[in-house]
Amino acid sequence: MVNNIKQQFDVYSNALSIRNKKNEILASNIANASTPNFKARDVDFEVELARSLNNGPLKTSSDSHIALTTKYLPGKVQYRQSINPSVDGNTVELAVEQMEFAQNSVRYQTTLDFVNSKIRGLLSAIRGE
Amino acid sequence: MDIKNIYHIAQRAMGAQLVRLNATASNLANADNIASSPQDAYKPVKPVFETKYFDLIRKRGISTVDAVSVEKMDVEPIKEYKPGHPMADQEGFIYRAPVNIEEEYVDMLEASRHYQNNVEVISTIKALMLKTASLGK
Repeated sequence: MVNNIKQQFDVYSNALSIRNKKNEILASNIANASTPNFKARDVDFEVELARSLNNGPLKTSSDSHIALTTKYLPGKVQYRQSINPSVDGNTVELAVEQMEFAQNSVRYQTTLDFVNSKIRGLLSAIRGE
Repeated sequence: MDIKNIYHIAQRAMGAQLVRLNATASNLANADNIASSPQDAYKPVKPVFETKYFDLIRKRGISTVDAVSVEKMDVEPIKEYKPGHPMADQEGFIYRAPVNIEEEYVDMLEASRHYQNNVEVISTIKALMLKTASLGK
């Protein structure tokens, strides 16, 4: 029963953690907007989410095995292809980074809203309203 | 100091941009400085930015920026012939600080814009975290 409820939130918790990681990477880009030779980075949300869903806890074949609990391993960070490369070797484009950051934040909020409605649904099922 | 979370990223980036703003302010304040010898003339200063990674060995993933040092620019002071000037040397020359005011203005604008961007990041992240903390209420 507890596991069933946990499963309901699995995809959301993975999504939130990837969105959070993506936000951190984007914040790093914005922080380094004026550092010469800095290369902007990003993570691909869809790829990471698919990976996190396939990366279940390690299967155990014996009761004495210890199951690994970390489901989401650190993802792959990629370099961004810049539209207008600058002379100092910095590939951060503020317009792009800000747009990505805004989009990612909105999607984070949307995921939170999904979780909230899920919680409400489960609660009303438990209460039998 | 290591980077623990997203607040450290923005905090240190803002610190670095403040160093830059301070350097610009110092340059602008000394823009009309006059000296009696080329050695004593004011030289504009510029901060040196360096990316600091959370993962020090592999140098990838989250990172922030530090102003690691403030360097004097290697530019010659402007030599002017003003024989009657109280600061003039024996040959009648004074040495003006070689501050490029337009360049400093642009630097100032860019630094303050980047500072604002970091503030924006923090306020967005703060709102998201507060919302996450109140999940299910």
